[in-house]
Amino acid sequence: MPVPPSDIRWVEEPKLGLAEMLYLPSIAQGMITTMKRIVQPKITQEFPEQRPQLPANYRGVHRLNRDEQGRVRCVACYMCSTACPAHCIDIVAAPSPWPDREKYPETFVIDELRCIYCGMCEQACPVDAIELTTLCDLTGFSREEMMFDKEKLLSVFDQTVQRGTDPVRTRGGRLGVASELPPEGGVTTSSTAQS
Amino acid sequence: MATVFVNVLPDANGKPPRSDLIKVEVGGQKLTLAPVDIGNEKLNLIQAAERAGVFVPHYCWHPALTVVASCRMCLVQTGRRDPDKNDPAKINWSLLPNKVVPACQTPATDGTIIVTNNPLAKNAQADTLEGILLNHPLDCPVCDKAGECMLQDYSYRYGRAQSRMIDEKNTPPNKPHIGDNVTLFTDRCIMCSRCVRFTREVAGTAELQIINRGHHSEIDIFPGEPLNNKLATNVVDLCPVGALCSKDFLYTHRVWNLKTVDSVCADCSTGCSIHLDTNKSVVYRLRPRHNPQAQGYFMCDDGRLGYHYVNAPERIVRPQMRTEQTLTPTPWNEVRQALVQDLKAAVQRDATGVLGVLSPFLTCEEAYLLAKFLKGLSGQVRLALGPVPVVGQDDTYPKDRRGNPIQPVRFTIRAEKCPNRRGVEEVLRHFQGDLIPFDEVIRSAQSNSIQALYLAGGYPPREEGWIRTDQAEHLKNIPLLIVQDLLPSPISSAAKYLLPASSFAEKEGTFVNHAGLAQALRWGVTPPGECRVDGQIFLDLLERRGLIHAPTVRQELGQEIPYFAPLAQGDLGEYGIPLQG
Repeated sequence: MPVPPSDIRWVEEPKLGLAEMLYLPSIAQGMITTMKRIVQPKITQEFPEQRPQLPANYRGVHRLNRDEQGRVRCVACYMCSTACPAHCIDIVAAPSPWPDREKYPETFVIDELRCIYCGMCEQACPVDAIELTTLCDLTGFSREEMMFDKEKLLSVFDQTVQRGTDPVRTRGGRLGVASELPPEGGVTTSSTAQS
Repeated sequence: MATVFVNVLPDANGKPPRSDLIKVEVGGQKLTLAPVDIGNEKLNLIQAAERAGVFVPHYCWHPALTVVASCRMCLVQTGRRDPDKNDPAKINWSLLPNKVVPACQTPATDGTIIVTNNPLAKNAQADTLEGILLNHPLDCPVCDKAGECMLQDYSYRYGRAQSRMIDEKNTPPNKPHIGDNVTLFTDRCIMCSRCVRFTREVAGTAELQIINRGHHSEIDIFPGEPLNNKLATNVVDLCPVGALCSKDFLYTHRVWNLKTVDSVCADCSTGCSIHLDTNKSVVYRLRPRHNPQAQGYFMCDDGRLGYHYVNAPERIVRPQMRTEQTLTPTPWNEVRQALVQDLKAAVQRDATGVLGVLSPFLTCEEAYLLAKFLKGLSGQVRLALGPVPVVGQDDTYPKDRRGNPIQPVRFTIRAEKCPNRRGVEEVLRHFQGDLIPFDEVIRSAQSNSIQALYLAGGYPPREEGWIRTDQAEHLKNIPLLIVQDLLPSPISSAAKYLLPASSFAEKEGTFVNHAGLAQALRWGVTPPGECRVDGQIFLDLLERRGLIHAPTVRQELGQEIPYFAPLAQGDLGEYGIPLQG
């Protein structure tokens, strides 16, 4: 669409004074900044020899959390794959071998190359089984290697928990907050309004 | 003549939904009433309100089952519009004060007012939902019904955000032993008793019952009498929540990923209307679709669970041609050219020795195109009807506890296990005059009078197979044998040309059921491998250009064959078109 002439505003270039024409004040100002940076403490890190301290909400490689008994926490509800905008999560559900739940993931594969690391899977998960970690240097030699299956994602959990970089942030219950008993004293309107 | 008045709300844009609304103030309430003429029909308030476009939420009521009014979800306030006794010109409007009634068991009479959306009715609905949810586990993430669950939908639309329940919920154990195809998650049940009434009224076999009382009520079977009648899986569709689940579909897919097309079941000549649920070219389940002209609300388990051959890895997926002694996969173009050449040569030698066998699994359009192709080679080419699989007797429901059928019949599973015998027969009668049964084809083969045979099959697997081994032996001597089928059979290994056929889930067309009802078949998945839909193969043989489009062929069929004349407009609608004949 052409821009109507009434919308066009012509701006005049400001005229340079003597100080600007000499450039010296600007040079001095630049030198002051340079000097300041020379004496300030250094924040650049020598990656990969030095590992960065990333914030807990950094969105890196996924992991599948384990429950208290070391089993995969995921209940194969497909919420993450439904929420995923990149369609990179593939789950095959099966009746669970454990008596305390109906369903578990027989296979759980994330295509780490296809993933856009938006963190929507983490938000969608009703049992906080999938979390993004602070692992940021993900490399591999083939595309197949970057398809992370259930065992690989659980090993990411073991790795990150051992290192202590990513503590478990679980808040949800066995099947999400909706399936749990209300807190002591029952639900009040104000508490639900806050949450 | 009876008129019912339904309270309506303005639509999302603030406009009244229709122009003939009556605005009155009754008992301090301002009502906007839509008059609905229900004639002499016997309707309840749910049905009457539906005529005005107002939905009354309900769980236990189902149009095919008796009324129990046990779920209390359909509570509405009612009133009356009566002419004044003393002054006929004056009209009195009145509402039942501070009282709601279940809409499902209240008959709509002349002058009934239905109010579903005032605070009284809305509170009643929300209270009912809160009561229903007291013991519901809210395990939606692992529940198969999530996404098509009436409890989810109504809670969202009519319920409250939270429960005031502080006690521990009942957690009765699951009952996977309830039936071969059905499993029960007891804690999700809301006690609407639809399943119990279905087994008593439609199936008649009465396997299900409610045990215990009050909040400890549970659905259960009689010990040692599992829910294994042939209509059993209908209780899964009837269940408004995820309590009764189909073992076949359990945990295979989430319902919101499924794509649904309206189609027709191909398992017997009843031709049940179905929803075909698929995703990524895999059929996941069939569900019955209400069709008053075909089968009603339900379908049988044979049809519902008999679709697995569509996804079977054994299917013939490539066109094959015999070179030397073995069948070799060959590109379509080469197969088509060689096949037409061979057929033309056979027709030149002896046209009466060329036979086309059309199976009752072909759609009318496919039968028409193939008949047109073969008759186009020579008028003397003969066309025969393929074997019609018949298993036992027509199976009618309800049955009593001993398995004897009871009148009136509410559902029939036909003995004739093919969807389109009538349609194919009519096409054959038009092109052939008389009908040649398959046995006569075998007799001709025995006397070595067949030069070429085009066997258009598409038979789904059956235990006994669609062709007997001795029949196949006779046909093996035919010099030019063209077999088009879904799965390998005794005859397919002897073919000179072996073409892949397509299943009912892959093709479009028309099936004519036992009563002459023409219904539209629609495709939900793409054919596997190099397989082309049957209609496309015949279109290519006819050397017509383009892709197969069933409605266009259907129009041509309707114009050419008088029996199919009602189909000439191409569209068959939701319920199909009954054909006279």
